[in-house]
Amino acid sequence: MGKQVRALLLTGYGINAERELAEAFRQVGCIVEAVHLGELLHSPDRILDAQILGVPGGFSFGDHLGSGKVLAHILKQKLKDRITRFVQEGGLVLGICNGFQILVKMGILPNVDGTCRQEVSLIHNEHGMFVDRWVKVSFNSSNPSPWIRDLTEEWYPIRHGEGRFITGTKVTGETLQALNLIALSYADENPNGSELGIAGITDRTGRILGMMPHPEAFLIPENHPWWPRKKIPKDAGLLIFRNGYEHARGIL
Amino acid sequence: MRIERSSISLELDSRGKRVLKTVNHALGTILEACTGIDVYLIEGIPELTTELIEEIFLDSVAQRVCIDREAVGDILPQWDLRIEVAYKPGVTDPEALTAREAIELSLEHVDTKAVIQTARQYVFRFCRDEAGKVEQWAPRIAGLLHNSLVEVATWMVRNSSHKSTAFPSLYPSQVAPSRGEVERIPLQDLSGEELEVLSRKRLLALSREEMEAIQAYYRDPKVRKERERLGLGSSATDVELEMIAQTWSEHCKHKIFAAQIQYRERNIDGNLIKEERINSLFQTYIKDTTRWISQNRKDLRSVFHDNSGVVDFDEEYLVCMKVETHNSPSALDPYGGAITGIVGVNRDILGTGLGARPIFNTNVLCFDYPDTPSEEIPPPLIHPRRLLLGVHRGILDGGNQSGIPTVGGAFLFDESYRGKPLVFCGTGGILPRNILGKPSWEKRIDPGDLAVMAGGRIGKDGIHGATFSSAALEETSPSSAVQIGDPITQKKLSDFLLEARDRGLFKALTDNGAGGLSSSLGEMAQLCGGVRIFLDRCPLKYPGLAPWEILLSESQERMSFAVGKDQIEEFLALAKERGVEATVVGEFTHTGLVEVYDGPHLVGCLDLTFLHDGVPRMKLVAEWVPPRGQQQGLEDSTAEHTIGFSAQTLPNYDRLKEVLLKLLQDPNIASKESLVRQYDHEVQGSSIVKPFMGVAFDAPMDGAVIRPRYDSYRGITVTHGIKPRYSDLDPYAMALAVVDEAYRSHIALGGNPNLASALDNFCWPDPIPSPQNPDGSFKLAQLVRACKGLQEACLAYELPLISGKDSMKNDALIGEKKLSVRPTLLVTVMGIIEDVRKAITTDFKREGDLIYLLGRTTEGLGGTYLEHVLGKKLGDLPYFDLKEARTLYLRLHEVMVQGLVSSCHDISDGGLAVAVCESSLGGRLGATITLRPDLMRSQRSIRAIEEAVGTREILLNLLFGEGPGRFVVSVAKKDREAFENAFKGYPCYSLGTVTRESTLQFLWEANGSVMDLLEVSLKEVEEAWKSFSKEIIA
Repeated sequence: MGKQVRALLLTGYGINAERELAEAFRQVGCIVEAVHLGELLHSPDRILDAQILGVPGGFSFGDHLGSGKVLAHILKQKLKDRITRFVQEGGLVLGICNGFQILVKMGILPNVDGTCRQEVSLIHNEHGMFVDRWVKVSFNSSNPSPWIRDLTEEWYPIRHGEGRFITGTKVTGETLQALNLIALSYADENPNGSELGIAGITDRTGRILGMMPHPEAFLIPENHPWWPRKKIPKDAGLLIFRNGYEHARGIL
Repeated sequence: MRIERSSISLELDSRGKRVLKTVNHALGTILEACTGIDVYLIEGIPELTTELIEEIFLDSVAQRVCIDREAVGDILPQWDLRIEVAYKPGVTDPEALTAREAIELSLEHVDTKAVIQTARQYVFRFCRDEAGKVEQWAPRIAGLLHNSLVEVATWMVRNSSHKSTAFPSLYPSQVAPSRGEVERIPLQDLSGEELEVLSRKRLLALSREEMEAIQAYYRDPKVRKERERLGLGSSATDVELEMIAQTWSEHCKHKIFAAQIQYRERNIDGNLIKEERINSLFQTYIKDTTRWISQNRKDLRSVFHDNSGVVDFDEEYLVCMKVETHNSPSALDPYGGAITGIVGVNRDILGTGLGARPIFNTNVLCFDYPDTPSEEIPPPLIHPRRLLLGVHRGILDGGNQSGIPTVGGAFLFDESYRGKPLVFCGTGGILPRNILGKPSWEKRIDPGDLAVMAGGRIGKDGIHGATFSSAALEETSPSSAVQIGDPITQKKLSDFLLEARDRGLFKALTDNGAGGLSSSLGEMAQLCGGVRIFLDRCPLKYPGLAPWEILLSESQERMSFAVGKDQIEEFLALAKERGVEATVVGEFTHTGLVEVYDGPHLVGCLDLTFLHDGVPRMKLVAEWVPPRGQQQGLEDSTAEHTIGFSAQTLPNYDRLKEVLLKLLQDPNIASKESLVRQYDHEVQGSSIVKPFMGVAFDAPMDGAVIRPRYDSYRGITVTHGIKPRYSDLDPYAMALAVVDEAYRSHIALGGNPNLASALDNFCWPDPIPSPQNPDGSFKLAQLVRACKGLQEACLAYELPLISGKDSMKNDALIGEKKLSVRPTLLVTVMGIIEDVRKAITTDFKREGDLIYLLGRTTEGLGGTYLEHVLGKKLGDLPYFDLKEARTLYLRLHEVMVQGLVSSCHDISDGGLAVAVCESSLGGRLGATITLRPDLMRSQRSIRAIEEAVGTREILLNLLFGEGPGRFVVSVAKKDREAFENAFKGYPCYSLGTVTRESTLQFLWEANGSVMDLLEVSLKEVEEAWKSFSKEIIA
């Protein structure tokens, strides 16, 4: 039996979208392990057995003290070395929604200057409300990330109260544009006031992708709100995961 | 140490902007700017460095922190007013708990005596012409920003004539301790009157008769002797008395539904026409209904005796559901009440069988109209708009943070909910049929098993909740009845318990809801025959609780487990690893007793049988007299004025359109999208039919369809029926309509007619007569009639009732005035759809599709929203033939499975005209609809109606009648023949076609001629229908 791609998903402490994320990775061929944060802190080397690390959406630690803030702090304190090594060795990281917030607040995304300091943020939506709706996103063809290879446009649901992407003084929207770190942006309308309509970014290696929309909630065509009206391509929501899987197979 | 955290700029502070909007909306435009500052107060952690604070508390891109220095100068130096809101002592502060957890993870050691508190500071700059009145406005703004039951607000006015003091470096956190020792109450010597006084004084909510039954227990020589032997003495302890009161509360024992009722029915002249004795409404109309139906339904797994009703989902899984109300707590603290309602009903699912995983939440929320003038809302009632937004926030946080999709559901507005809002919270769950080879729906406890409490700690929050909700809301209602839920603590608990379940680490579990440990362990004790509880082992939030308070506290996020001695080590170890506190607090026995210890002292001992079955059965009288004066109908003069035509004249085109647009704007009918979009309905990746679909994702659906298993296309439908306005005329007809609405919506979605289960929830005004409640026996008769209707409809539809709940004191006493809810029955249907890919949505799909009306329209405009819009009573309720409806539904389902239906929408509030508007909007397509007299069905002939009341009645009934049993369906042109053939002999009428125009056209065809009735553009429909949604969040 040849080696198989393993995806390790972080769970526990208020993370809540791990089941569908596991299903999405499983659908494209990964062996998926959902590991509770407590367990991972006990045996941090488990990260190194996987090729893909997934940080699912949810409300880690209730988003108290700021969305993703506490979990980012814990991961940074206890697992930063492992995660850094994991990425250096070619591992892929995907953070969705709360996972994106966590990666950003840990400082490993976008990590333009390589020091793992927080450079951008995701704050309360401009209208101040949580929103659940399907949005069209367009992918940046100049971003070489394996996660978004060959993707142009897709519909995904967003569901967040804190998804407004902003940049700081050191790393600006222009920096991200110049370095091609923007991975996807909202296509028709900007649902939360994000700078440049940014919906997801990568680090400079392209292997870490963080995004607010939820491709893992688009497991079958019938998840799409238009399904009763027109044909939705099979697997439309799974393409990101398939890209991740294909790339990870190459580094086994 | 005082840490203040602000945004780096006003522009980035969206929350501050929302507060600005809220205040300006409520008080007029008085503010120019507002920003929020998060405050953390920390004492006793000297190791906390600036670096660590920034690491834990600061988002360095978006925020600034100031340590022991005011943040306001950096963000809004030109402020006029600052208000700081903090929790009162003893109120759960989840954020402070997380802050402690985060600090503990970073530091080797944090002193248990260290204090961490949070507060929220709001900074305001006033418009210049209001700047002189800041002191007057301050208390009113503070009133908008906090709930004085659970929070305290202090404020600071710049340039105040009074000397402003700084905000405190720490808020008082000491909860006033209760008397530690156990009180002895010499019940056996009290007179009947004294017993009543005792019940009132201790908030026991027990009647004299019930108190006497308790007294008789203590007087029983056998009991006395046993108590002597145990050293308890002849008096009752407060622990015992409180435990009995909780177990016997209306909330827990459903005494009215179990009562013996003498039911008398009179005609309108007061003559007795029928009399019968009903032995328990629950047994007669609910349990028996299900028993009869269950002969043909082998999928009912566990009904009425667990925390929720359990039915088969497929060969491998079961699904379960429960709907609860949380009315009284929400009336006092809308946010806390609603969030606790959600996490509470989630625990019912977690506590079903060996533990089920929640897969959806669904809520029905009822308030007075949000635009009611403030002066009409007497204190201490909270204005309906504030209630609505507070409850909404609770639903939002409770559902979203738990990772459970919120699906289906409704908002309902009616002036009768002024005194008490109704907050129905429902949850569905899934569990494997077998867990480690054992049936998952059965619980088992053996003597010697340990009683374990896991999750949150015990505090004084929510003491007397069970008895409080069994009484009317009064000005003096206790604030201790309020709790604030913490979804994250519960999420940790639920992740843990499902893992422990799959590893077989416990034998039974139940939730700690109303009544706390007293209720959970008291109920579990019945499975093995006794329990011994050790109160001193229970983990407390803070010291100072009396023993009875520990037993009764309803502090949230707790479950009780029965764990075998051989499993306990592994159980506790797993809990610890998952960050869940679990403690052995007792042991199950077979002594037939509930024994309660505080340290070495026995402080309570009750016979289990007496505790659970000793409550005396109520004997009540119900008197039904049909309400008078409902037959008036529309007088010609009013008609001319309001809808522009009288019986004999032809309708006025513009006025009819005005009525339609008014209906679309009515908050009951209008879109609530701006609120509903704030609920996560996509988490778990199971969403198939969403709250809003269609071309622009904005058309309403008849309910929800979800797909709980990723490896199967089998799905679940969730729908509701509720129609309180019908109760004015006859709760019997109300119940028929309610069951029909929920069941018909299930059919409309494509659900299997033979695989649906229903849940009943009664919210009634007090049906027990008393000097303050002289018409109690009429309200009881209304209840009897609703039960009869419920039964009749369920039998006709072969729809089993699998779970239910009743809330019988939905009144508020404001001074001398009593505000009571309209008798309200909510029926929720959870059903199976075999293939979610065959689900049907409400939106018209393409130009040229044919539109049909299914089901017969009968005359009767009573209880409609047309009445409400016109401000006139319009007569009777429509006649409804359940049998014919059932036959129609069965056929419709077959036709749907054959793929012959493009869209289907149930006709409900606002009638056919509104249903067509919604389907059109969904497809952004027009429609031409031709109405004809023969669409009506009447016990009289059409000609007779025309002669008696004129064409007008027929038209109004067809356009706006809300009679049950009907759908608007669209069908592809190519399927016309097959569709029409399938419905030969059924009430199926061609209405018209879907067009590419951007208008809806209604025509009237009679006696061979066709005339225009009403034309409305999609744009007008959209504008009217969405106006409420825009306004409510403005």
